[in-house]
Amino acid sequence: MTTATTGSPTGADEVIPVLTRKDFVSDQEVRWCPGCGDYAILAQMQKMLPELRIPHENIVFISGIGCSSRFPYYMETYGFHSIHGRALTLATGLKTARPELAVFVITGDGDGLSIGGNHLLHAMRRNIDITVVLFNNRIYGLTKGQYSPTSEMGKITKSSPYGTVEQPLHPLRVALAAGATFVARSIDRDTKHLEETLYRAATHRGTSFVEVYQNCVIFNDGAFDSFADKEVRQERMVYLEHGQPLRFGRGREHGIRMNGYVPEVVRNAADDGGLLVHNARDANPVLASILGEMEYPDFPVPIGVFRDVEAPTYNDLVEKQVADAMAREAANFEDLLHSGETWEIL
Amino acid sequence: MTTESEVQRERAVEKLDRVTIRFAGDSGDGMQLTGTQFTRTSAVFGNDIATLPDFPAEIRAPTGSLPGVSGFQLSFASTDILTPGDQPDALIAMNPAALKTNIGDLRPGGLVIVDEDEFTESNLKKAAYISNPLEDGTLSKWQVVRINITRQNELALDGLPLPAKQKFQSRNFYALGLVLWLYGRSMETTVKWATDRFRRNPDVLDANLRALRAGYHFGETTELFHHRFEVPAAEVQPGTYRHISGNEATALGCLAASIRSGLPLVYSSYPITPASDVLHELSKFKAFGVKTIQAEDEIAAMGMTVGIAYGGQLALTGTSGPGLALKSEALNLAVMTELPLVVINVQRAGPSTGMPTKTEQSDLLQALFGRNGDSPVAVVAPATPSDCFTMAIEAFRLALKYMVPVILLSDGYLGNGSEPWKVPVVDDLPVIEYHYAKPVDGSREFNPYERDPATLARPWAVPGQKGLMHRIGGIEKSGETGDIAYDAGNHHRMTLARLGKVERMVQDIPALEVQGPPEGDLLVLGWGSTYGAITSGCARARKSGKRVASAHLRYLNPLPANLGEVLRNYGKVLIPEMNTGQLSLIIRGKYLVDAVPFNKIAGQPFKIAEIEGKIDELLGLSGPYEFQFGPASVLGGG
Ligand code: SF4
Repeated sequence: MTTATTGSPTGADEVIPVLTRKDFVSDQEVRWCPGCGDYAILAQMQKMLPELRIPHENIVFISGIGCSSRFPYYMETYGFHSIHGRALTLATGLKTARPELAVFVITGDGDGLSIGGNHLLHAMRRNIDITVVLFNNRIYGLTKGQYSPTSEMGKITKSSPYGTVEQPLHPLRVALAAGATFVARSIDRDTKHLEETLYRAATHRGTSFVEVYQNCVIFNDGAFDSFADKEVRQERMVYLEHGQPLRFGRGREHGIRMNGYVPEVVRNAADDGGLLVHNARDANPVLASILGEMEYPDFPVPIGVFRDVEAPTYNDLVEKQVADAMAREAANFEDLLHSGETWEIL
Repeated sequence: MTTESEVQRERAVEKLDRVTIRFAGDSGDGMQLTGTQFTRTSAVFGNDIATLPDFPAEIRAPTGSLPGVSGFQLSFASTDILTPGDQPDALIAMNPAALKTNIGDLRPGGLVIVDEDEFTESNLKKAAYISNPLEDGTLSKWQVVRINITRQNELALDGLPLPAKQKFQSRNFYALGLVLWLYGRSMETTVKWATDRFRRNPDVLDANLRALRAGYHFGETTELFHHRFEVPAAEVQPGTYRHISGNEATALGCLAASIRSGLPLVYSSYPITPASDVLHELSKFKAFGVKTIQAEDEIAAMGMTVGIAYGGQLALTGTSGPGLALKSEALNLAVMTELPLVVINVQRAGPSTGMPTKTEQSDLLQALFGRNGDSPVAVVAPATPSDCFTMAIEAFRLALKYMVPVILLSDGYLGNGSEPWKVPVVDDLPVIEYHYAKPVDGSREFNPYERDPATLARPWAVPGQKGLMHRIGGIEKSGETGDIAYDAGNHHRMTLARLGKVERMVQDIPALEVQGPPEGDLLVLGWGSTYGAITSGCARARKSGKRVASAHLRYLNPLPANLGEVLRNYGKVLIPEMNTGQLSLIIRGKYLVDAVPFNKIAGQPFKIAEIEGKIDELLGLSGPYEFQFGPASVLGGG
């Protein structure tokens, strides 16, 4: 995500007024189903944005198609509700043209990983300086209940009455494999964690990818309850913190250690020795990827920032090439038109 | 005009108005270079020129094989010419495969120069010759000149510290030298060019120049040629000229639009033949602030372009037919969100992958209608390679003024073909206007669909502008508030408004011009790269007293206001197209005239003679016209 500069096409630089959550609430009536996890994500986003201290008019939300992609209508910012799977392409074009803008992409498991999968890989590979929030509800909501690329094997849905025979995709592992420089997971019902994660994603330079477990009350209700329910959350989820050992449990009594390439749960680990210490800044994404594969019930489900590394952004590199060329070559259109061999006819 | 350095003239000289030469060889033989150099020399001399390069479909077809043949045809004349010529007068064939694929196009009595050394048993076999055509009399229709080009080249390069393989590659310079001599041209342009081009490689430079001179001097000393030819300079408008291909002109035109509007240009595209050169050209223009993105696919390229337009900059993408198919959904998003952008389509032979290196103009209907819903886009089409410059500027002018996507329909023939171009004066180029939305006073909400009453354009409110935050998207919006709207009346009105913008452009585009009598027996109507053949064919018909006019459409949506009137001024209307009748369908449907389609779908441009033949048929002067498709020739053949 971008740093706070004021840059408007009209040119004026001025003091950024202090904004509040209310400033980001649009006049549109929110049309998600009551109880949908999308509400929580919207609220946390609106709460987080003022903290960025970015000029209001420089914030843009771009979405594709799906329940989550209605998001821009509810944000009092510039917004573009594009077409299925292509939000990232618009974002890439916009951010390349106007690097001073803060561009957010809102997508879902179908939009971002199925129809738009290719673009997700390439945005992350390029390290475009944008923030991608993928609402993962493991189902197609808008089209009324077909399985998605993140639906678990065997899932019974409208389009798989006998159960799916497809392996689900792990969004985070895809992001890590594509070279994303910021990869995180959060969940709709832990609003504090969600807000914090969104903030960290928004302030990271380069592509930030946040998977948010989002409950679809209508077509996949309770998809995350087995581990995310308040009662069991501490036992079945592990919060990742950079530099800290992986510990979970009501009293953080259990831990995770590595046995070669294989993670293991250590029940009642008395001390931290031997436990895996989380390193989000590891240049090598392999360990983060192994964590991304940990699933309940074999493991507690990790949540938090998996990876947060510095790397040159696409936009910085593009701007630098242009600036260098402008400084080096005296661009003269008249000369360019006359380039190559010319001859005079008298 | 440059004066030629002393050229010996001891041989009889035949004066000609126009000569068409074809260089053909293996794709590794450097025939494009030879053709280009001869073209430059003739342009500098003052001839009018038209060229047609032709590349094999395979990037690395086996050496000496038929699919590996590459050719370059050029026509140079002392009069204004519009096509690279129907039938070559001379063919330079560097190997048997090149002879085999091209000889059928050569006019009877024409000159064939062959590299005799290459007519070995194995090369003959690769070219599927059962016996040696140089020996068996099959070439008796033509004047054959057999030269040991390979051997002579070797001798000329004797002693140079280069491997034999590399020496072999100078053969094209030898051939070039010979042909320069034959047509009374100096070596100066090529020597200058080569000296610059190979400055880092003195041995290669030396080899090429030695070969060039050896070829030239061989012409002088040999008795093989009875006479030389001369094509005097043409009467051309005074000014500074250069060569330009359609793809170069397109790129420069888009840059001109950026310079004349003050908006930075951003190009996003996915490599595709024959449009990639536009990407190559534009990516060199960084010092002009041009950004280029090589997208991950065609869809992404189009989506990025929508994002660029949304960001308030000059948004451009380019592709060829199959790519346009992939772009249609995101292009439709630009139609729906009414964002200004330009899509270049350098058409190629289809359907599907078709013949990527061959030309066609069969994407007209795709450009006009190839999207879901009622989805009007403006369509313009350059008529010649250099016209790509003008029409690229036009495309942006219309896009920005009316807030619509515009498709520029070029084709492989225009894109790769080149012609001399009078370099324009920058200050004479049109100023391209654009307007970002004006701020609204606090009393009301900004409505992104509050239209300009004259153009129906909606305001272009771009991120970063204060007080204009709004939401747009692919879902239908209310024309009154900009919010999502499903109500019947609104969709009806918005659909008509999107259409109305394109229709109103008619007030802003030039009337259709007619060449020839304003009334007559026949109007030949064309669009795109058929311009040269149609215009020349009609001019010839008029010379022989026929009441035939031609008109060429550079604006295909909307069509010029006076088109209906023009059509009614002639007894008959003929529409030649390199497709199965796409413009004909439009004209017949829209104007209820009984236009006669004339369709060639051969991956090759029309010949002048074909247009003339069809004109005669329509005027009742001959029977039904039949195409004479030649053998598997690269450049001509029908
Ligand atoms: S269908 Fe599911 S995801 Fe969509 S709005 Fe309703 S609850 Fe939310």
